[in-house]
Amino acid sequence: MTAVLAVLEQRDGALRKVSHEVVTGARRLADAGSGTVEALVLGGGTVSGADQLGRFGADRVTTATHAALGRYTPEGYTRVVVERVRARQYDAVVFPASATGRDLAPRVAARLGVPLAADVTDLGIEGGAIWATRPVYAGKALLKVKLLARPALLSLRPNVFTPVERPRAAAAETAKVDVPERGGRVVVREIKAAAAGALDVAEAPIVVSGGRGLKEPANFRLLEELARAFGGKAAVGASRAVVDAGWRPHADQVGQTGKTVSPTLYVAVGISGAIQHLAGMRTSKVIVAINRDKDAPIFKVADYGIVGDLFEIVPRLTEEIRKLHA
Amino acid sequence: MKIAVCIKRVADSETRVKIAADGKALDEAGVKFVLNPYDEFAVEEALRRKEQAGSGEVVVVALGPAAAQETIRAALAMGVDRGVLLQVDRIPADGLVVAQALAAELKDGGYDLILCGKMAIDDYNHQVGPMVAELLGLPCVTSIAHLELQGNTGVAEREVEGGIEVCEFPLPAVLTTDKGLNEPRYPALKGIMAAKKKPLDIKPTALAVGGLEVLAMTPPPDRKDGRIVGEGVAAIPELLRLLREEAKVL
Ligand SMILES: Cc1cc2nc3c(=O)[nH]c(=O)nc-3n(C[C@H](O)[C@H](O)[C@H](O)COP(=O)(O)OP(=O)(O)OC[C@H]3O[C@@H](n4cnc5c(N)ncnc54)[C@H](O)[C@@H]3O)c2cc1C
Ligand SMILES: Nc1ncnc2c1ncn2[C@@H]1O[C@H](COP(=O)(O)O)[C@@H](O)[C@H]1O
Repeated sequence: MTAVLAVLEQRDGALRKVSHEVVTGARRLADAGSGTVEALVLGGGTVSGADQLGRFGADRVTTATHAALGRYTPEGYTRVVVERVRARQYDAVVFPASATGRDLAPRVAARLGVPLAADVTDLGIEGGAIWATRPVYAGKALLKVKLLARPALLSLRPNVFTPVERPRAAAAETAKVDVPERGGRVVVREIKAAAAGALDVAEAPIVVSGGRGLKEPANFRLLEELARAFGGKAAVGASRAVVDAGWRPHADQVGQTGKTVSPTLYVAVGISGAIQHLAGMRTSKVIVAINRDKDAPIFKVADYGIVGDLFEIVPRLTEEIRKLHA
Repeated sequence: MKIAVCIKRVADSETRVKIAADGKALDEAGVKFVLNPYDEFAVEEALRRKEQAGSGEVVVVALGPAAAQETIRAALAMGVDRGVLLQVDRIPADGLVVAQALAAELKDGGYDLILCGKMAIDDYNHQVGPMVAELLGLPCVTSIAHLELQGNTGVAEREVEGGIEVCEFPLPAVLTTDKGLNEPRYPALKGIMAAKKKPLDIKPTALAVGGLEVLAMTPPPDRKDGRIVGEGVAAIPELLRLLREEAKVL
């Protein structure tokens, strides 16, 4: 019986999509050891979507509430998760490797004195031991590790564990918890939100990225239109060359010094495919490249390539995608 | 301002990864090693803060093999005052073991700030900084791209999905640095010469056993051979057909 705790993520009182992936990953681990999944949501009050988690395979959902937990607070969240883990015997605790999860999981690990396998892309149980696979050297190798301590802590790379519906009746409860005033010494004063509705490249199921081949910042309009044609599922990414040139914000940069993305579809437009760019997108499920240089390295990793002038190809492609979605 | 920076010696990002004979690690033959790029932001920030304060000390601490002395010298050449090498044969895969050794070294140092990179580009762990903070009981903000300090209070900005979190924290604190925080300086010739004479304390270090066992390092699954669908706009219909029928992503 493998007992798995899935630590989920909410913002503004609504569960974030990555939470379904975490429950899905936790379910896989629990199933490998014919066990159970408990989901833990921290919030200022009830969190919308928490009652739907049975659909993805949670056996029980606990929402831990406190006025100071509405927004992520590193110390408050760490304390609540650690107390929960100490109170029960979990074999594994699973986090998202999101900005928040990357902050929270190591703290919990240090507090419990157990190792953390971060940014995991595959996991399972073999001979009673929990193992995890994670990319190292910018995705140029995979490291398979065995977690010897209990609980085993893992954070899951976003977009890798595609949510699977595994409906069951989940018991739900809400528990008031105690945290220090303001949640701790570090306080998130505000979240400056990006443009409303804009998807983050690290989490979008489709990413359309542009590079120096776009010639000037205004031409990114072509990619924004292509992204829109996918009907709200796509985000626009960028190579470092154009971020360094100030054409696009750093938040959009894909690659070793930017974000690591694993969307279902990655479209690289006017990007040569330097090793540091590949580091951020080579685990995408399907890669499409549009480049006028048939020898561009991006074609080596692209499942499908079109050689030609992006200024002719992209507008036509946008038109065709729009038709598909119409 | 007394500032410590944790720095790691890592394989350069251009490295062609060859797996060692034991099937569990990188074959280091011919690999170029550098100061982890995210740690350069941390070193730069430490130097600027000390310069602004007009006095203080910047110390770098690296846990690694004897060869990590070079990495420390690179930081000394940028302007860091002194270095400490926690010498081990091999850097463990378990970030907690690394954090425990670093925390033990930093514990009684009286630092106002402890800086780390947000992640090491070899292991992608994103964990040693916040672990050190927890072990030392210090407040910590990770992946910062902007920092303001006033007296004993700091305000840092970090990128989260779809926005920027503005975090307030008291000093002393641990911070981990992201790209965008600053532009690291290149060491001048004078700095490189001076670095040779700066103190570098080598401490042989015994590590805890840890709870992560490396089973195997393998090459990533081969992407099946890429295919050029065609040239120009004429190739669009075939591309869409493939995305729909073969890749099933549309
Ligand atoms: C330590 C380090 C970290 C780095 N981190 C990153 C990172 O995180 N992300 C990243 O992206 N890079 C990173 N880089 C930079 C990387 O090495 C490349 O310089 C960068 O990715 C190149 O960007 P690009 O492909 O947009 O530009 P280029 O290499 O200039 O490529 C432009 C491409 O556009 C094509 N093109 C031009 N015009 C057209 C047209 N009309 N139609 C179609 N195609 C056209 C050209 O054929 C060319 O292939 C890093 C480098 C270092 C040293
Ligand atoms: N062996 C090490 N020696 C010194 N600092 C380290 C070491 N490993 C990691 N760090 C620090 O922790 C940061 C994050 O590393 P990681 O958690 O391995 O991704 C690095 O950028 C360094 O600042």
